[in-house]
Amino acid sequence: MTSTTSTATAARPKDGVRDSAVARSRSKRGGNFWATYLFLTVMAVIWLIPLLWAVYTSLRPKADTDKYGYFSIAGHFDLGNYLQAWTQGGFLNYFGNSVLITIPTVILTLLFASMMAFAVSRFSWRFNVTLLIMFTAGNLLPPQVLATPLFEMFKLVQLPYWLSDSGTMLNQLFSVVAANTAFQIGFCTFVLSNYMKAIPIELSEAARVDGAGVWTQYWGIIMPLTRPALAALGTLEVIFIYNDYFWPLILIQSGNRLPITTAINNLQGEFLSNYNLLAAGAVITVIPTLVIYLALQRQFIAGLTLGANKG
Amino acid sequence: MSAPLVALGDTEAGSGVRPPARRRRLRQLTTRDRVVLGVMIAIPTLIQAVFVWIPTLASIGLSFAKWDGLALSSIQGNGITNYRFVFAESPQFWPAVLHNVAWLAFLAVIGTPLGLLLAVLLDQKIRGTRIYQTIFFMPVMLSLALIGIIWELVYSQDNGLLNYLLGTSGTSRAVDWFGNSSVNLWAALVAATWRHAGYIMILYLAGLKGVDPSLREAASLDGAGARQTFFRVVFPAMAPTNVIIVVITVIESLRAFDIVYVINHGTNGLELLSVLVVQYLVGETQVIGIGSAFAVVLLVISLVPIVLYLSRTFSTKER
Repeated sequence: MTSTTSTATAARPKDGVRDSAVARSRSKRGGNFWATYLFLTVMAVIWLIPLLWAVYTSLRPKADTDKYGYFSIAGHFDLGNYLQAWTQGGFLNYFGNSVLITIPTVILTLLFASMMAFAVSRFSWRFNVTLLIMFTAGNLLPPQVLATPLFEMFKLVQLPYWLSDSGTMLNQLFSVVAANTAFQIGFCTFVLSNYMKAIPIELSEAARVDGAGVWTQYWGIIMPLTRPALAALGTLEVIFIYNDYFWPLILIQSGNRLPITTAINNLQGEFLSNYNLLAAGAVITVIPTLVIYLALQRQFIAGLTLGANKG
Repeated sequence: MSAPLVALGDTEAGSGVRPPARRRRLRQLTTRDRVVLGVMIAIPTLIQAVFVWIPTLASIGLSFAKWDGLALSSIQGNGITNYRFVFAESPQFWPAVLHNVAWLAFLAVIGTPLGLLLAVLLDQKIRGTRIYQTIFFMPVMLSLALIGIIWELVYSQDNGLLNYLLGTSGTSRAVDWFGNSSVNLWAALVAATWRHAGYIMILYLAGLKGVDPSLREAASLDGAGARQTFFRVVFPAMAPTNVIIVVITVIESLRAFDIVYVINHGTNGLELLSVLVVQYLVGETQVIGIGSAFAVVLLVISLVPIVLYLSRTFSTKER
């Protein structure tokens, strides 16, 4: 680039001043440009290191890392740690619990939140804004603020034994579903009500003239139009609930009923001093979220930023 | 997860997309429709009331009481005794407050600006911007509990990557990053920032896309440099996003719990207010009153960003 500029300057001496100014600004931009790339690449490498280190460690047999140290490239690679972690760690059981908590929570949350959002955004009644504010506020609280009374409440509720083998709401997966649903409804109601507000009111009016009742308007007209928001929120909520650590920690006492995210704690104790196994366990736990992320990245990000660009 | 469950508040969309007058009044509905609508409102409201609002109020009530958590009849009022203990006697309270403040300061000074910087750089026309975004955003998908484990592999005293890179591994100078109480808070904060920065980046990327491009053009026509254009024009134009980022940063530092609990149950240099609440709940002797007093302190502090956020979001909505 420099050489072309200099020949151009030589050929047209009159424009020399301007040309060199252009060249200077161009090369300056070039410098910034490369600095940006350099910075981003260095940061990206730093960002990847913890995960890659976990993957790398998990692929090496313990015997090899004992012999050569963890910071080495000698030895061979296999999936032995994964097999051992999977059987020894009881992952199948934990994953099962995660699914049993996550799926009902997400369905119930979206159902209840969409009903509330519909009522708040399509009709005007006395306390609708007040309730929406209360819903949103509830979601923003740190869960620890209300954990103690909720725990005591669940402990005091008497349930028949066919419903709960503890006789109370403690140590039951459905209690985790209840707590998570209640906590997520506020956020989803807020997002969905913003989305539903943007749907033209004329659509509901036309349906009403045709004799459609409130439920038909909700289920037949508004919900199908809200599908993009529901898909985005659904993806986001699956990740949120799968990643929830707190409620099972408080509400579940039996180790074998924990979902995977909370069970990680136990793995740490079980695999103590065997970092290869711990790394394999961590990678196994990452895989479901990573799959969802790579497959539904757009939905997930749309869910997070929903409302910023108005659906 | 205990991730910040805040979406971008939609002040724009909320500002009377439909004026209230155009929404349907309940008077126009048939009785049957009113009942259906009533049920649709009642179910979510009841769930919120039972599982969120009433327990929050109960926390306040129990903070003025003495209770072993057994029978309801054994609850006894004891005035401000619990608070006196919290503020004057508890050896963990002031360290916990300090750690929460440090958490906020670290995220506000390093985590959030880093996310903003990444967003600004990636908002340009850069080759491979999606790959960079995917990489920086990846940790946001992980639970903070899992992040604690992954960084344990980096921070471990004998076998951690960091000590190998520093060349101290195996020597007496090897630092136990999560175990040493003079560094573990900062080590945990680096791990938390790993996740936080990507989250902020994605929110600011959305915010930057919402800035009217003609604003930038006008600024550069007026001779403003890139830096000036950003700080004088683009950044102020993102005011709604900025408010949400502030709220997220504050709330996230109050909610911090998972990562320290995974590391060492929030002890030995990692005490946080949220941890103290839980310690009095799951401990051998349940001292509900004191745990609730900690919870109320956390509640009162949390209400500051929550009220700020709600008043901004909903007051523009009503105009």
